[in-house]
Amino acid sequence: MSDVQAPKAVDAPLTFLDDRLGSSTFLKRNMKKAFPDHWSFMLGEIALFSFVILLLTGTFLTLWFKPSMLEVVYDGSYTKLNGVKMSEAYSSTLHITFDVRGGLLMRQIHHWAAILFMAAIMAHMLRVFFTGAYRKPRELNWLIGIGLFTLGMLEGLFGYSLPDDLLSGTGLRILQGVAQSIPVVGTYLYLFLFGGEFPGESIIPRLFTIHVLLIPGIMLALIVAHLMIMWHQKHTQMPTKGRTNQNVVGYPFYPLYMAKQGAYFLYIFGVLALLATFAQINPIWLFGPYDPSAISAGSQPDFYMGALEGALRLMPNWETNVLGHTLSWNVMIPALVPLGIIFTGAALFPFIERWATGDQRSHHINDRPRNAPVRTATGVAVVTFYGLLWLAGGNDVIAERFHVSLFATTWFFRFAVLLGPFLAFMITKRICLGLQRSDAATMAHGYESGVIKMMPSGEFIEVHLEAPEEQAAVILSKEEGKSLPAARDDNGIPAPGSRNPLGHLRLRLNRFWNVDSIPIEAGHGNGHGNGHGDGEHAAVEDGERATAIGSGSGTGDRS
Amino acid sequence: MKRFTAWRRRPWAGYAVVLVALATTGVVYAGFSPKADTAEASNSAAAAQDMANGKQLFNQNCSSCHGLNAQGTKDEKGRQIAPSLIGVGAASVDFQVSTGRMPAMNPGAQMPRKKPVEVFRNPKNVADVAAYVQSLGGGPTIPAPEQVDPEKGDVALGGKLFRTNCAQCHNFAGSGGALTGGKYAPPLDESTPTQIYEAMLTGPYAMPLFNDTTLTPEAKRAIIAYVVQTREEPNPGGNGLGRIGPVAEGIAGWTVGMGLLVLAAMWITARKPKKQHD
Ligand code: HEC
Ligand code: HEC
Ligand code: HEM
Repeated sequence: MSDVQAPKAVDAPLTFLDDRLGSSTFLKRNMKKAFPDHWSFMLGEIALFSFVILLLTGTFLTLWFKPSMLEVVYDGSYTKLNGVKMSEAYSSTLHITFDVRGGLLMRQIHHWAAILFMAAIMAHMLRVFFTGAYRKPRELNWLIGIGLFTLGMLEGLFGYSLPDDLLSGTGLRILQGVAQSIPVVGTYLYLFLFGGEFPGESIIPRLFTIHVLLIPGIMLALIVAHLMIMWHQKHTQMPTKGRTNQNVVGYPFYPLYMAKQGAYFLYIFGVLALLATFAQINPIWLFGPYDPSAISAGSQPDFYMGALEGALRLMPNWETNVLGHTLSWNVMIPALVPLGIIFTGAALFPFIERWATGDQRSHHINDRPRNAPVRTATGVAVVTFYGLLWLAGGNDVIAERFHVSLFATTWFFRFAVLLGPFLAFMITKRICLGLQRSDAATMAHGYESGVIKMMPSGEFIEVHLEAPEEQAAVILSKEEGKSLPAARDDNGIPAPGSRNPLGHLRLRLNRFWNVDSIPIEAGHGNGHGNGHGDGEHAAVEDGERATAIGSGSGTGDRS
Repeated sequence: MKRFTAWRRRPWAGYAVVLVALATTGVVYAGFSPKADTAEASNSAAAAQDMANGKQLFNQNCSSCHGLNAQGTKDEKGRQIAPSLIGVGAASVDFQVSTGRMPAMNPGAQMPRKKPVEVFRNPKNVADVAAYVQSLGGGPTIPAPEQVDPEKGDVALGGKLFRTNCAQCHNFAGSGGALTGGKYAPPLDESTPTQIYEAMLTGPYAMPLFNDTTLTPEAKRAIIAYVVQTREEPNPGGNGLGRIGPVAEGIAGWTVGMGLLVLAAMWITARKPKKQHD
């Protein structure tokens, strides 16, 4: 099937390895694996490459960082703190910042990479969600992704706590409060974690081991699994002409995709270096060493913990006393419930959806978000919920910068967090259906060309042109939802499995999923639409060529 | 030597010596004593003039709210329009007027820092009103330049004191922050050392008062040293992003960082390779 031959320089060593390792054509085959192209497929790469950069810069930092709470008196280049008592962790971070060559740059790259890593994971997850790429057979990778996101949050929180500055100490204090609020085991859990009363001597060394060894190790293993599964299952692709559930249309891994990836890695490194050079991050020397009696305005965690912070800020101060134990609802509910709902919900969503729609097929072509209104609307509702909590985490900054009352922001967010998601759900669903309707119209009457024609009768009409093949293929990628058999058939016999409450729920969910859908039918054939411009024409051809290459490995595995 | 000996023998020499001795003593006395008798007379005349100026300025600019005798005013429902200034002291007046807060434009709301009105751009006029209010009932006085000299403060101590006493409102680097009820603690990037001292001494608006027992003059000078040095020190890590902490960093990460990366991703995936002939 291969009509592209790898250059000799590559082909020879591959053959060499394949011959020795008995992998026959394993390497050669895999080198030609087709990778579909779409900008949003690069979000995962951003996360992957930032992780690599985190490993490299983090290792650099471990060479000088001293994870110790031993009290020392600072005497170094940052004269403003000379003579101040602080932990060794803090003073060694000052040392990295001001006395190690390139130390500040490395610290800043590490921190900016952490920000981009988490931002990219979030964006990547949203892409996967809204295109339905988590559907069978990719549910496992979706679960791994959620695990990676959770671990990333923890990893970032712990890293942020290491330098033992004023803000990180404030963060640890909150962590302590959250741990303590868990009923029954809370106090033990917190004493165990901190090795005694807050802050104690052991928390920084413990967090250090977890931050540089345990979590990165687990994450690395999960990332490898994630990529291997992806490799094996092959990438999903965006719907367009020539792409089917049976093929993969894209560029061969080698040389094109690899070159692109290499360039992109360097580019990411470049952007991080630029950020780290020109934008200061986490200026711990300004925060000062942690001091339990001090606190600063604008004490915030990094953005990926912002939603948690927001939830804590919005929660009314509820506590109850049960048998002499204080139940701190004011900490427990916001700390555990909102993110708990989001993460559990996200993990279960593929299974709930499969159950409700009865769709057991494998999917390799992505959905367009508009074609799955319930999913898209759910996603937007969650994003709204999360986003509002996130903003609420910065309500003091909002109040200060926009000169509104802090109190007013709190109440605004309390209501918005509860009502916003419902509104977002309804609006999004309407928008999706509107877009479906316009798709249906395009298929039925063609698209508005913008050309106005005067008829012999004097009437003006706008010329509608038939949708070009590419567009038609995209629009026609919509799959109609399958209705489960009705609860009772015409003769009043209950359908199997619908008698118990669960079956009932399933039917109702199914109806909810499918009730609003605008059927789209192909117009009058699609013979003409082609050849509108040379550029476009060339692209189509390129696509076809790539199919040939890609399907060499694509077709075989997918069927 | 010879000439001097001859000169000494003159008949008026004795008187001359006594006179010179007297004059020297007088000059030395005048130099050491805070207020020389002779200076006193002309000074008190000037002081009376300054006081009159202060009173006049007060009547023109302040009495509409604070009352003709600075006793404060109330509206018809008995709510205070402006507080009494008896006993607030020159420090409070100097702070309020030199930061442009007084004369107020909009009583009731928090007064923002602004450029002082025309008359009070002349420091003499500010000093005169301050002295006038001081004369009404005493109170904290304006600190001497030496008391607020940032060079003389212990900056390490100042940092510690600032973090425990001020940062919860003004933020770790003095960039300001929000308070409850729509109030805010302003950024400290323009306050002069004297104003910082006066702010602590008088506790304007929602700010607590730090008298000399809570924060000794030495501690106050340390804090001034910290504030001044912190705002003057460059950001070694690049742009300081407003020095407001992680919120600005998150925004920069998402907009600049992700923005650049996504643009590149779009570019890289939109490029189709040239057609190959093989
Ligand atoms: C428009 C009304 C208004 C005018 C005019 C005005 N003030 Fe005030 N002033 C107020 C109000 C209201 C407050 C209380 C503000 C607060 O709560 O901080 C105040 C507070 C003060 C204080 C602080 C008192 C304290 O307790 O420390 C001083 C000092 C002061 N004014 C001086 C002046 C001087 C001097 C002038 C004239 C140059 C002046 N004010 C003009 C309304 C006014
Ligand atoms: C409870 C919060 C709070 C604390 C604590 C606090 N301040 Fe303030 N500070 C304020 C507020 C509110 C204002 C604004 C006053 C006004 O608008 O009249 C202010 C104003 C100031 C100003 C005047 C700024 C300007 O715009 O000219 C200075 C200087 C200042 N504070 C210094 C300090 C120092 C130094 C400390 C610590 C010793 C401190 N503050 C502690 C709330 C606080
Ligand atoms: C997903 C991976 C990681 C994330 C999200 C992350 C995040 C962070 C963050 C936010 C900080 C605070 C940095 C600062 O002071 O501004 C930090 C510090 C640190 N990290 Fe990481 N990190 C990761 C991986 C690693 C790895 C793999 C290592 C080591 C092998 C490491 C070593 C360190 C060290 C030593 C510090 C403290 C030194 C300092 O703060 O300057 N990190 N990390």
